[in-house]
Amino acid sequence: MHLATYLGLLHTSLGTLAEAFREVAKGHGDEPDVEHTCEVLASRIDGQAEQLSPIVDRYGEHREAEPERLHAAEFEQTRTGGVGLLRDLQDLYALSSFTDITWTVVGQAAQGLRDRELMDVVSACEQDTARQLAWLKTRIKQSAPQALIVAKD
Amino acid sequence: MDRWVQSACVLCSNGCGCDIAVRDGRIVGVRGRADDIVNRGRLGPKGLYGSWQAHGKDRLTTPLLHRDGKLRETDWDTAMSEIVRRSQDLLAESGALSHGFYTSGQLFLEEYYTLGMIGKAGIGTPHMDGNTRLCTATAAAALKESFGSDGQPACHADVDLCDALFLFGHNMAATQTVLWARVLDRMAGPGRPRLVVVDPRRTPTAEAADVHLAPLPGTNQALLNGLVRALIENGWVDRDYVDQHTLGFEELKATVEPYTPEHVAGICRVSPADLVRTAEIFGTSDRVLSTVLQGFYQSHQATAASCQVNNLHLLRGQIGGPGSGVMQMNGQPTAQNTRECGADGDLPGFRNWDNPEHVEELARLWNVDPLTIPHWAPPTHAMQIWRYAEQGSIRFLWISATNPAVSLPELGRIREILRREDLFVVAQDAFRTETTELADVVLPAALWGEKQGTFTNLSRVVHLSEQAVAPPAGARSDLDIFLDYADRMGFRDRNDDPLIKWKDAEGAFDAWRECSRGRPCDYSELSYERLRGGSGIPWGGERLYADGVFPTAAGYCEDYGHDLLTGASTTPTDYQARRPDGRAFLKAAEYTPAPEQPSDEYPFLCTTGRSVYHFHSRTKTRRAPELQKAAPDPWVELSPADADELGLSEGDVVRVESERGFVEVPVRIGRCRDGVVFLPFHYGFQAANELTPTEWDPVSKQPLFKISTVRIRRV
Repeated sequence: MHLATYLGLLHTSLGTLAEAFREVAKGHGDEPDVEHTCEVLASRIDGQAEQLSPIVDRYGEHREAEPERLHAAEFEQTRTGGVGLLRDLQDLYALSSFTDITWTVVGQAAQGLRDRELMDVVSACEQDTARQLAWLKTRIKQSAPQALIVAKD
Repeated sequence: MDRWVQSACVLCSNGCGCDIAVRDGRIVGVRGRADDIVNRGRLGPKGLYGSWQAHGKDRLTTPLLHRDGKLRETDWDTAMSEIVRRSQDLLAESGALSHGFYTSGQLFLEEYYTLGMIGKAGIGTPHMDGNTRLCTATAAAALKESFGSDGQPACHADVDLCDALFLFGHNMAATQTVLWARVLDRMAGPGRPRLVVVDPRRTPTAEAADVHLAPLPGTNQALLNGLVRALIENGWVDRDYVDQHTLGFEELKATVEPYTPEHVAGICRVSPADLVRTAEIFGTSDRVLSTVLQGFYQSHQATAASCQVNNLHLLRGQIGGPGSGVMQMNGQPTAQNTRECGADGDLPGFRNWDNPEHVEELARLWNVDPLTIPHWAPPTHAMQIWRYAEQGSIRFLWISATNPAVSLPELGRIREILRREDLFVVAQDAFRTETTELADVVLPAALWGEKQGTFTNLSRVVHLSEQAVAPPAGARSDLDIFLDYADRMGFRDRNDDPLIKWKDAEGAFDAWRECSRGRPCDYSELSYERLRGGSGIPWGGERLYADGVFPTAAGYCEDYGHDLLTGASTTPTDYQARRPDGRAFLKAAEYTPAPEQPSDEYPFLCTTGRSVYHFHSRTKTRRAPELQKAAPDPWVELSPADADELGLSEGDVVRVESERGFVEVPVRIGRCRDGVVFLPFHYGFQAANELTPTEWDPVSKQPLFKISTVRIRRV
């Protein structure tokens, strides 16, 4: 059964995602809404990882040794300026989309296994991930015209 | 005294009907209008003295131009030509997004509508907001989130009819004295209502209460989640009303489940017994009226907590009936019109920026290309406008009737922005202020009483304020200034006719009547003629939502709403899928701690607020001798225990310091709860906002004036 591989993937990518939100919070302190919201979302992603723990205990978790094969690329360093903010938010959007579809995959397996507990976890975490994506899209849409048309840097 | 001229007071959001006394072409006093439904003849201290005594003192009477490091007197033509030249150069060079407008809650409806049209259809910039972002943005946001549109549900008469009154973060005795007098009538009369006050300070308002809850600043959402939970837990819920008229009950119930009285008491540091008692008063009274103000609005989960007040009323079906309802209060006298007319982060007529049909409708009305009207995102909120100016992408900022160099958070930063070489600042005011001193062009404006126009108070009551006297020679009404700019800029509609077709206030009002027709704030039946004599008249009738039908239909609503935790916009598709169709939203959010928490270095929570004697940055009230004498200087308020611990006595001068700045002021010992200090925000010297943080609520974008951490030491 490959569920353990996917649980490993999910667990790792949640860690990567929370870390990335924290990086962006730290790198964009001059945008207080970005800083605060990224911190709030990061701590909720920690909560998702916690909810996953009992499931991992049951099925085990197989962490893939070769990250480039299965893992989302890690977030490296924040950028500066209007366009930099836009790109960083876009990177978060990509990472968040990756966990979103991974939850979907795990959710499908949960249904096949008739695992009610896992189905509930997936349902709650999918909603939370939808919230991340919705916020990122809202903030990106707001920033894009100013950054692309008039920003100096 | 030669004559009385009809008006209404502009010294707070209550909007008391009044008459202006004129003798020899000068204003010599005011009196309350006895037949006005708002105030029944009463006026407060600020209205009595502050509304007119400043008129003859220190007025700006000539435009000023910044040249060679100094503001120098110039004439109107030179000043306006300079503004237009700069505006046109920037439009050619970088386009509309280089322009920002920061206006007020002090102008008239006609002026906001004109300015809104200049910004949205003339220039085509989304960067326009009012200082209403600092005072009533959350009122508007909470009404939109719960009910689908802005619009105050309750009315003043509900104070006379309620049997329980809840003031959430609202020190009414200091902010709206005439409304408070109406409450005191009830408290001293037969059938006294029960009063609950939520405020971290033991204010005179709180002293009058049956229950005073003093939560730590930054914990309102936990407190309200606890109250909502208690209503549900005890069955104080009108299930029929909830089923028929609301959406979201199950999610709300699940979200508030962890907020037991003990859990909430631990977060907020209030007694669980008081919490239970509060819930019982709310749950068992027949007619409950709630008001909400800055204690909630200027905190970090502002919209979420204010929506919970709406939820309490929706759960009990206590909305729209005599004596039962909610007042999401306004701070300023004309803030409602900033919100209605599109001079803040909204489109005119409570239109929805995300609804293409609403934008089309506006474009047809104005006869412009819909693409001119920016609607790719909500109009830019003030804090973001200032951020773009700080980053150098907004390079033209027109400030009208407000003093951001005292009223915005983190003043050191604001001064730096205003001083930027690449930012051209226009400041339009009646007096020299901390802000005009940093402007490139200063335009002298007429005051209330010197111009004609209408405005709408916190309970939707519209008043006509007639011109009583001429402005001082050299000063012009804000409307005339905006019209002159539009004319010189040559804004045109699709037929190549002038974009703005009116020349005076009544013309602007009539155009607004058409713009608002069919929208929730429908003024089409109101006219200057109808507003003359008698009482002010509310739009929408005395109360809204008596039938339990809310303006949430997808094609009609002002906004599709947000996630309260992050401010993420709900998409049109998601909104339509919920089929609200007239039902209100029970919106939920967990409590999250405020961004700043007390530390060893900054151990106190600092909250800012008003004195009853002053308004805003005192441009008018410090020129009224009675008011100035009553509160001439700033101070800091501490609890007796904290003062004791620091070895401080009444009158000792201390430095109150945050990470961002400090003030040095004398100590008053008294009303704060332990661990909390209070600073009044009126004073440009030793300004409280030197300390406050650049942070805002994720939905309403209102700054967090009520939560910063500070340290205190003797000077």
